[in-house]
Amino acid sequence: MKEIIRGLAYVVGEAIDTDQIIPAEHLVYSLKKPDERKMYGRFAMSGVPAAGQGLPFGNRPFTEPDAYKSEYTIVIGGGNFGCGSSREHAPFALREAGAEAVVAESFARIFYRNAIDGGFVVPFESRVKLNERIRTGDDLELDTSLGKLTNHTTGEEFLLNPLGDVADILKAGNVFEYARQAGLMPAS
Amino acid sequence: MSMTITEKILAKHAGRDRVAPGENIWIDVDILMTHDVCGPPTIDIFKREFGADAVVWDRDKVVIMPDHYIFTTNHHANRNVRVIREFAHEQDLPHFYDVGTPRYKGVCHVALAEEGFNRPGSVLIGTDSHTCTSGAFGLFSTGVGNTDAALIMGTGKIWVKVPETMKFIFEGTLPPYLMAKDLILAVIGDIGCDGATYRAMEFDGEAVYDLSMQERMTLTNMAIEAGGKNGIIAPDETTLAYVRARTDAAFETVFSDPDARYHSVYEYDVSTMEPVVAKPHRPDNKAKVSEVAGTRLDRAYVGSCTGGKLEDFEAAARILKGQEVVIDTYIVPATTEIGQALHTTEIDGVSLHDIFSNAGCKLGQASCAACLGGPPDTFGRTHDTEVVISTTNRNFPGRMGSKQASVYLASPLTVAASALSGVITDPREVLV
Repeated sequence: MKEIIRGLAYVVGEAIDTDQIIPAEHLVYSLKKPDERKMYGRFAMSGVPAAGQGLPFGNRPFTEPDAYKSEYTIVIGGGNFGCGSSREHAPFALREAGAEAVVAESFARIFYRNAIDGGFVVPFESRVKLNERIRTGDDLELDTSLGKLTNHTTGEEFLLNPLGDVADILKAGNVFEYARQAGLMPAS
Repeated sequence: MSMTITEKILAKHAGRDRVAPGENIWIDVDILMTHDVCGPPTIDIFKREFGADAVVWDRDKVVIMPDHYIFTTNHHANRNVRVIREFAHEQDLPHFYDVGTPRYKGVCHVALAEEGFNRPGSVLIGTDSHTCTSGAFGLFSTGVGNTDAALIMGTGKIWVKVPETMKFIFEGTLPPYLMAKDLILAVIGDIGCDGATYRAMEFDGEAVYDLSMQERMTLTNMAIEAGGKNGIIAPDETTLAYVRARTDAAFETVFSDPDARYHSVYEYDVSTMEPVVAKPHRPDNKAKVSEVAGTRLDRAYVGSCTGGKLEDFEAAARILKGQEVVIDTYIVPATTEIGQALHTTEIDGVSLHDIFSNAGCKLGQASCAACLGGPPDTFGRTHDTEVVISTTNRNFPGRMGSKQASVYLASPLTVAASALSGVITDPREVLV
């Protein structure tokens, strides 16, 4: 886990489920083969209806139609981000597009777990509804050790909830490295 | 100290006398289930972390049931079925249910029950959010991602945070116009899509124990739609009769202590409840059917792990018998066993299959089909601005394929009544 994550904000609304993060029709691609895994970057967040893409503006796709990488680094969500299916393809797709963190008021537990155990994106819970305070394209800096989000566009700072126990897994890299350190798996 | 059924099962599988909510523990897994969508990436991660020649921790505990994208020409989807087939052969897995063979089952959550993998007191983990369905049999079951599944594949273990438990007590006698789907949609509407996040949902009360196993599975199936980690119903004679008819495997029943501590307790009198729907585009967007009656529909759909069980079709057939639907109506059995039973189960001497066929329904093959959209050639998938009433479990934007479609979730009775009129219709208007 990087200590400082800096980049542009991509803001979405409430209860963004995993079908919106990566629509089910795209789950056919291999997550391993380079020519297929890049499709997850292309279609990340493509299930969000146009009016909700890149708030408060709308009609701003996370990844441009012909691109495989997003210009946005930190996704800002509302409540229950990542609800719905258990597909690990969801945090994987965000990472494949280039996102490094998601800050939301709350997370659905499977998405949260997948984000951490796979080491895809760092999920932080906010204490206020940040998707009403931050605009898509704002220049953000996330200090993962302090749990602090700075909006360089507006000068605002927001304290986030501590990561707690799961910080150990994020620091290890993923659950396998964590399990090795805990003696549950042979060292690689 | 007293514990809930969920806490007791987790403690036992952690090798401990007791656990408390909030603790992070490592537990032993009894069954790991995966399918054609999450199986291939799970296998990739398993080999990356444990080596190209690694073998699964216990070949008798790995169940692979292709069910999502089966009847499609999509070559990536077809390739994914080949990947799990090759893995099953390489690992010599006894519990692989291959497409195109008599062993093919269809939707994993229903097939796990049919094949006797739902054993009271056990821990069953699957790479699918609706794995919580299995909890109807008094076991701990939950959905995970590919990474967690790969770790289980290699070690047989997973870490879990012990959840607090919410208890939902249903008392009274269920009226003939209500089904378990109405009860769980009411709960989700009351507590919200994140009302049970990180928690166990335990269902109790005489109305729950009056339900068949198929109906109980509808309750636990949708625990995830309230954010629940698991749904669970303590076993009774109905449970044991079902399980013993399906497996010789040993199991140990577990029950909540009478003085177990709950996060919260909700009580419902089912005799006074009404048929409900979840309006677009959230499963917690509850309305009484009477409040949305008359809403114009383009399509009706009966299928999925939630609403594609034999009793779901029996309920729909009671209403459709001798009638004709006026909108496109899709019938998709969850499993091949149910598909065969549509031919052998009769109402007044007419098979369910013939009732649906005579009513003008479109009958599909056992699989997840359009519940989650899928490749463009998926049976029943939406492609435009269709308004659908469906027995499935989710109605977020795009869930059944098209982002412009609108999906109402309802019981099989309500879906069938609506298929006859083309507008949302209260089943009480057509049930005699």
